[in-house]
Amino acid sequence: MEGFKLTKTQLLAQELFRNFAETEIKPIAKDMDEAEEYSAELLQKLQKCHMFGIPYSKEYGGAGADVLTYTLAMEECSKVDASTGITLSVHTSLCCPCINENGTEEQKQKFLRPLVSGEKIGCFGLTEANAGTDAAGVQTTADKDADGNYIINGQKMFTTNSGFADTFIVFALTDKSKGPKGMSAFIIDKDMPGVSVSPNIERMGIRAASNCAVTYENVVVSPDRLLGKEGGGYKIAMTALGGGRIGIGAQSVGIAQGAINETIKYVKERKQGGKPISKYQNTQFKIAEMQTKVDAARLMVWRAANAKDNHENYAPLAAMCKLFASEVANEVTRMCVQLMGGYGYCREYPVERAMRDAKITEIYEGTSEAMKMIISGSMKL
Amino acid sequence: MKIVVCIKQVPDTVEVKIDPKTGTLIRDGVPSIINPDDKTGIEAALELKERVGGTVTVISMGPPQADVALREALAMGCDEAYLVSAREFGGSDTYATSGILAAAIKTLGYDVIITGRQAIDGDTAQVGPQIGEKLAIPQVSYVEEIKEAAEDHLIVRRQFEDGYHIIKIKTPCLLTAIAELADARYMTVSGIVDAYEKEIKVIGFEELKDNLELDMIGLKGSPTNVYQSFTKEVKGTGTVLKDASADEAVAAIIAKLEEKHII
Repeated sequence: MEGFKLTKTQLLAQELFRNFAETEIKPIAKDMDEAEEYSAELLQKLQKCHMFGIPYSKEYGGAGADVLTYTLAMEECSKVDASTGITLSVHTSLCCPCINENGTEEQKQKFLRPLVSGEKIGCFGLTEANAGTDAAGVQTTADKDADGNYIINGQKMFTTNSGFADTFIVFALTDKSKGPKGMSAFIIDKDMPGVSVSPNIERMGIRAASNCAVTYENVVVSPDRLLGKEGGGYKIAMTALGGGRIGIGAQSVGIAQGAINETIKYVKERKQGGKPISKYQNTQFKIAEMQTKVDAARLMVWRAANAKDNHENYAPLAAMCKLFASEVANEVTRMCVQLMGGYGYCREYPVERAMRDAKITEIYEGTSEAMKMIISGSMKL
Repeated sequence: MKIVVCIKQVPDTVEVKIDPKTGTLIRDGVPSIINPDDKTGIEAALELKERVGGTVTVISMGPPQADVALREALAMGCDEAYLVSAREFGGSDTYATSGILAAAIKTLGYDVIITGRQAIDGDTAQVGPQIGEKLAIPQVSYVEEIKEAAEDHLIVRRQFEDGYHIIKIKTPCLLTAIAELADARYMTVSGIVDAYEKEIKVIGFEELKDNLELDMIGLKGSPTNVYQSFTKEVKGTGTVLKDASADEAVAAIIAKLEEKHII
């Protein structure tokens, strides 16, 4: 970024994302939502455009762009389909950073390269049935056997992308007595014996995304698949989530902007009382308020992305942008449905889907309440 | 094989509106795009390179703003890009433009030149064929398929009004591309990053002046001038025959044609 303006590279990338989203994603987004299944063909098209490795070094097969460019992809895709947003996000800003920031050179070549070059899809398994916001409550275990291998046992909940992912980052206790300090991170392949992915969990929104429970039963993992050191897992997970929130902020901005764009089209056409409803001051003021909030949210997302690109302390900025943008997405989509009246409530129009999709942004990768804990914590109150 | 693709940056006509008073295009705020047939040409060139090896060079004549069109071509996978740009070239019609582009392409060297059939802002379909003539090389226009590609020749299929022609053509040669020839690929994110790390070389008046007939460039050297642009008047509204059977429809059309003394 230069001041508040995007660079030429970022602008051209934004054009690619917008064009791709309009041409490839928008026409099938409703069908994917209804079918509760992500299109395998679309996944491949996204990979071909190098959209699964945007902020990663070319040295490892990434696109060599920055985090800000990645937020542009998140916004443009989420404008038409929030499920595409989360699919990109979990891979790019939860799974890959664990390896990129903690992996050895060998691990990066072996595991990161296929993920960021667009051959494989990744996911991130931290959450369990009894360990959500309190991630320190993870109960999955990794016991060492006589050969020095780790034996993983446990079940993870809500693992996004797990239905089609190849590479799983899994957090398990190597030392139960130490609590979170006994947690370690492992790289697991989907076809390892003992890994089983349950059917998709039925949800309110982002229904095209894959989100399942994953069971690990006596999965034998060699020590070269341990990320960082034993006991370093909790920190790895928290750092990844800290960055992931920038992506969720961008997804929220996209959901909101997409809903506003659809609503503007509608209010210009819909006539009541002899004139388009866009000519009524109530409509105009509501849209003005919504656009102002979305612009503010976008600037917060860009600020956090910029801080991450500049290796500054981005975690509180990421939490703020996610807290604000996710609330804006919910408020805006609800208002868009209201402005469109009965039609807004119909599944024929995309604002209905946007309103359902928006809710999760206040919950996953840290709830709004957790964001307030992080933000206030950074203020040393 | 050295493949050269000519592209033009044009206003996105889907977004263009016409000023009702002056009858001219309102270009303010209208996004610029690579002319669609030229984008097909880029794809055809990249596919040709993938088949026989070599390089793809993209070239455009236009103002400095055409830079972004060339960057997009690089981001799709072209190897190098040239912008032909000089004050002296401003106002050129298709004849002057093809002369300048031919001179520029001659300095670069080529085995195959691909241009789009025509640009959506002028619809002349003249620049491609004129470049071929000025370089005195064989050409095939309206190419819808490259069936065979070798270093010394191509076999292409040319669309024709009532059929098609299969033509074997020796290289060096020029082809003009139509939409059927290829589906343009998307840029890639890594391609975009690379595109802005590459240099776009500018070919100006100084570089070309010795190879140009100086009275044949720019506004003064252009035999055609646009006299007036206007929107066509809508003539009547026509009649729609609803729910007519085939026989009724035929009878109604014949009656109308007779009434108008056409038959």
